[in-house]
Amino acid sequence: MGDLIQMVVAKYNYWIYITLMMIGLYAMIAKNNLVKKIVGMNIFQTAIILFYVSTGAKRGATIPILEHGHGGHGAGAHMVHAADYINPLPHVLMLTAIVVSVATLGVALALAIRVYNRYDTLEEDEILAQIREK
Amino acid sequence: METMISIKPLLAVLVSLLVTPILVSSRAPNVREAWTFVAAAAKFLIVLSMLPTILKGTEIVYTVAEFLPGAAIKFRVDALGMLFALVSSSLWIITSAYSIGYMRGLKEHSQTRYFVFFAFALSATVGVAFSANLLTMYLFYEMLSLATYPLVTHHQDPEARSSGRKYLLYIVGTSIGLALPAMLISYNLAGTLEFGRQGFLAGTASKPLIGLLLFMFLFGFAKAAIMPFHSWLPAAMVAPTPVSALLHAVAVVKVGVFSVVRVLTGVFGTDLLFSLDFGPVILFVASATILVGSFIALSQDGLKRLLAYSTIAQLSYIVLGVGLLSPKGITGGMVHIAMHAFGKITLFFCAGAIFVATGKKNISDMVGIGRRMPVTMAAFFIASLSIIGMPPCGGFVSKWYLVLGTLEAHQMPILFVLLFSSLLNAAYFMPIVYKAFFCRPEEAMFENTVQEAPPFCVVPLVITAVISVILLFYPQPFFRLASMMVQKITGT
Amino acid sequence: MSQQYPALLVIVPLLSALVISAAGWINKRLCFPIAVAALGVAAYSSIGLLLRVLDEGAIVYRLGGWDPPMGIAYYVDHLNGLVLTVVSVVAFLNLIASKKSIELELGDKTAPFYALYVLQVTGLLGIVATGDAFNLYVLLEITALSGYAMLAMGKDRAQLSTLNYLYMGTIGACFYLLGVGYLYIVTGSLNMVDIANLLPPLYESKAVLGAFIICLVGVWVKMAFFPLHAWLPNAYTHGPSAASSLIAPLVTKVMIYVMIRLILTVFTPEFAFNILAISKPIVWLAVVAIFMGAILALSERNLKKMLTYIIVAEVGYMVGGAWLGNRAGMTGAILHIVNDALMTLCAFLVVSNIAYKLKGYAFDDLKGLVRKMPFTMGAFVVAALSIIGVPPTCGFFSKWYLISGAIQAGQYAFMVALLFSSLVNVVLFFRVIEICYYEPFADDGGHGHGPPSEPMAEAPLTMLVPLFIVAAGLVLVGIYTGDIVNKIIEFAIPQGIV
Repeated sequence: MGDLIQMVVAKYNYWIYITLMMIGLYAMIAKNNLVKKIVGMNIFQTAIILFYVSTGAKRGATIPILEHGHGGHGAGAHMVHAADYINPLPHVLMLTAIVVSVATLGVALALAIRVYNRYDTLEEDEILAQIREK
Repeated sequence: METMISIKPLLAVLVSLLVTPILVSSRAPNVREAWTFVAAAAKFLIVLSMLPTILKGTEIVYTVAEFLPGAAIKFRVDALGMLFALVSSSLWIITSAYSIGYMRGLKEHSQTRYFVFFAFALSATVGVAFSANLLTMYLFYEMLSLATYPLVTHHQDPEARSSGRKYLLYIVGTSIGLALPAMLISYNLAGTLEFGRQGFLAGTASKPLIGLLLFMFLFGFAKAAIMPFHSWLPAAMVAPTPVSALLHAVAVVKVGVFSVVRVLTGVFGTDLLFSLDFGPVILFVASATILVGSFIALSQDGLKRLLAYSTIAQLSYIVLGVGLLSPKGITGGMVHIAMHAFGKITLFFCAGAIFVATGKKNISDMVGIGRRMPVTMAAFFIASLSIIGMPPCGGFVSKWYLVLGTLEAHQMPILFVLLFSSLLNAAYFMPIVYKAFFCRPEEAMFENTVQEAPPFCVVPLVITAVISVILLFYPQPFFRLASMMVQKITGT
Repeated sequence: MSQQYPALLVIVPLLSALVISAAGWINKRLCFPIAVAALGVAAYSSIGLLLRVLDEGAIVYRLGGWDPPMGIAYYVDHLNGLVLTVVSVVAFLNLIASKKSIELELGDKTAPFYALYVLQVTGLLGIVATGDAFNLYVLLEITALSGYAMLAMGKDRAQLSTLNYLYMGTIGACFYLLGVGYLYIVTGSLNMVDIANLLPPLYESKAVLGAFIICLVGVWVKMAFFPLHAWLPNAYTHGPSAASSLIAPLVTKVMIYVMIRLILTVFTPEFAFNILAISKPIVWLAVVAIFMGAILALSERNLKKMLTYIIVAEVGYMVGGAWLGNRAGMTGAILHIVNDALMTLCAFLVVSNIAYKLKGYAFDDLKGLVRKMPFTMGAFVVAALSIIGVPPTCGFFSKWYLISGAIQAGQYAFMVALLFSSLVNVVLFFRVIEICYYEPFADDGGHGHGPPSEPMAEAPLTMLVPLFIVAAGLVLVGIYTGDIVNKIIEFAIPQGIV
């Protein structure tokens, strides 16, 4: 039992992202309303973004900005102790991913508006009923 | 066995394809027909030009594209292939003449499409004849199935549609479902698909697997109409008669049985079949087809359907001949390819001529027709003699050798099958001829005046009937080619 | 200049997309030439790249001169050289063929459509050329988003179908991203070759296993591998013809390429086939995919939808072939990428032509089409033969390798599935050909003594000529299979696989 709690506590970032991911997935699959599905999709994507960012964190580390304004000469730069700074690469990657997620959100909402204009409802079961009638 | 490299096999295959654009674009029917003749003559001449080389014992080879080691698109002209190619290309010329008379006599539609796909079908037939390996043969076999579909369904009525479906179902279904996996398994076992002197499967697999492959190949080439995959043939009789004549008496079914013969000799080899004791299996399947086919033919009233069942039985003679695994038997089987072709095509031509001249399709409507169309019925008589296997017609040669083959192979029951089936053949052919010529004046359904079908229909059938007779006295080059092939196989 | 081909491949279309967007404001007619020029450059570069790879071996191109693992590297070897060529040539031919169709179906949205078209091609080429795992995700999403936008421009149910595609596609891409995340955590690198070098000591770890499975599932969603296929039929059917004929041949095949790249390069075959014991279950899944694709296609009465279910079955071929674990199967899968792209393009171009001339492509609309559009139907027959697998069209040869691979691996269920699929395809296509061939005869039910006077109403030349080129290509690629396999695919598969 102690082992289990230790495992959960140590890897809490994994558990959080998995939970968020499952919530998002659930919303996408189980909810009827198109906008709710889109919200679920966003939660799903955000979970993954949080996961990446969390992997860059280090205990006792600070933000990855070098203070000396020398702009990176080879000779004059001090040795940088990597463990003091959180890993900036996941953040960089996730900036891209966030942009992608926002773009997807935009496209999805635009499509939802078009669907609404055509079928007058955002509930998927009503839309399918309308399609079957045709 | 020397080999010579020459592009002639490829040319022989392609010459009818190349004519297609001209056929499609010409507006004038006479130009179109003239070009068909040109293509047919060219094909025959190219094939003929290779004959002297083959008769000397050299084989002609040509590779188009190498795909895998041992699997290429490759041509090899040997004695058996030459035999078949000669038969089909010579008969194409005659059938083209007949087609003109028939199609114009009935004012059929879409004649251009007819002639174009006929050309394709002949291309594929010669391709099968000259194939050097299983892959090439399979390629042209499929091409033939597809090229003949528009011909079979030419009339485009509901009956044609359902027959077309049956045709495709049986032929393409078996070739993809049985022949293709058999080919791939053979390649994986042996590493090659080239037809060998004694096959290439010897020593590669266990007896059950070879047996399974044998079964898959025999029934996978359903164009050979071995029962139970035979029903497409009577159904395909809805096609116009020249289509039935060439394709179902000569090209399509002969391609099927040729493929079976090639597989039995070039893939399995007579030694392997003998040592594994598979000869009797083949004989059993062939005999069953012969007997059942002949019996069903007895009960048919439609002339073309009767001829179809007769063809089913006759094709299995060829398989039977090879199944005897004895030199004379195999020779008989191979020669029968030629003899049956000339005989059957005459019979179909007669059936078509009768339809053009009188509109009759059923035998019961043909009482006394001999008075009206004596030339046609005389040719019918001669051709049926050839099929039954009696002198003075060529069919006697092949029957004789088949009988000798059964004695050589000590297969007495097969001798009985051969004799009994000949009797059955007589039983369904002779009444037709008898009723046509000798009947009481009240029974005759036609006036006494001679009124034959148009000359374009009658002349071809006379030609083929005469050839059937000549073949008894001078069965060359077919007999020589068959003997050469058997010599190569058995090494005697 | 030839040193820059990998960059040109992606940058020229990318910039052109923006230019087209702007040019569309000025004059709609400028868009098509710019798009043709952009895709022409891309096609030329990819062919040039392939030739260079054949000479020199794998090429590494560092974008901006930055070294990996920090910089992004484009890595072109035999495998993606071949796929690049196929993608760019298919996109180019489709663009030319679709000009009239785009004008007809999209009206005043042609300028954005061209921009999106070129953008999607950018994404596809980038996915194939890149050697960086995260860069692949970015390009994956570029492809997907431009695809969604293009498909949504159709009529009727297009927007809803695209929305469903969007959900599924996002899930797939996110799974892939997650998998890459796991890989980054254990190796610290994003460069594919680098990861492959760093992974071997870690093969036993759960993180690597997790990464592989998650990446695989993500890619499966994107390629519509049964049962994750439900988005494909509707999305592809309702989109505009030009969009369907671009996306259908290419997107799923590029995803198959990604899967093969993961198997062969990132997680080496040693890991994928030997250490993980999932090859057999995956081949069984592929068998199910093939059967279901075939059966679902049988129940459709709409030509375009029927073709989309055939795509589902074809994806099953390729996944099964890749996971057979032997050289023949992998060769079959890679060859089928090429062949399937071509035959799907041919089939969808035919549907495009039909949609251009007729109202719809449900079976009932197709009566007598052989007489009205003989050339289009001729090409359709060639495409049908290739999909069925009749020599000498290319479809036969990839089936050959797949079945040989199945026999060698002892997976006879896969062989049976392939044969079953061929037979079902015969039924599917001849059903259509029958309907097109038999016209309703007005008066004479029997012999048909006179030809019905339906005038020929063929599609315009710009649509027919590319169609012919593709149909001829099906036969030529088939005949030259030996060359393609021996000179290119042979080197794309690592020596270790037997």
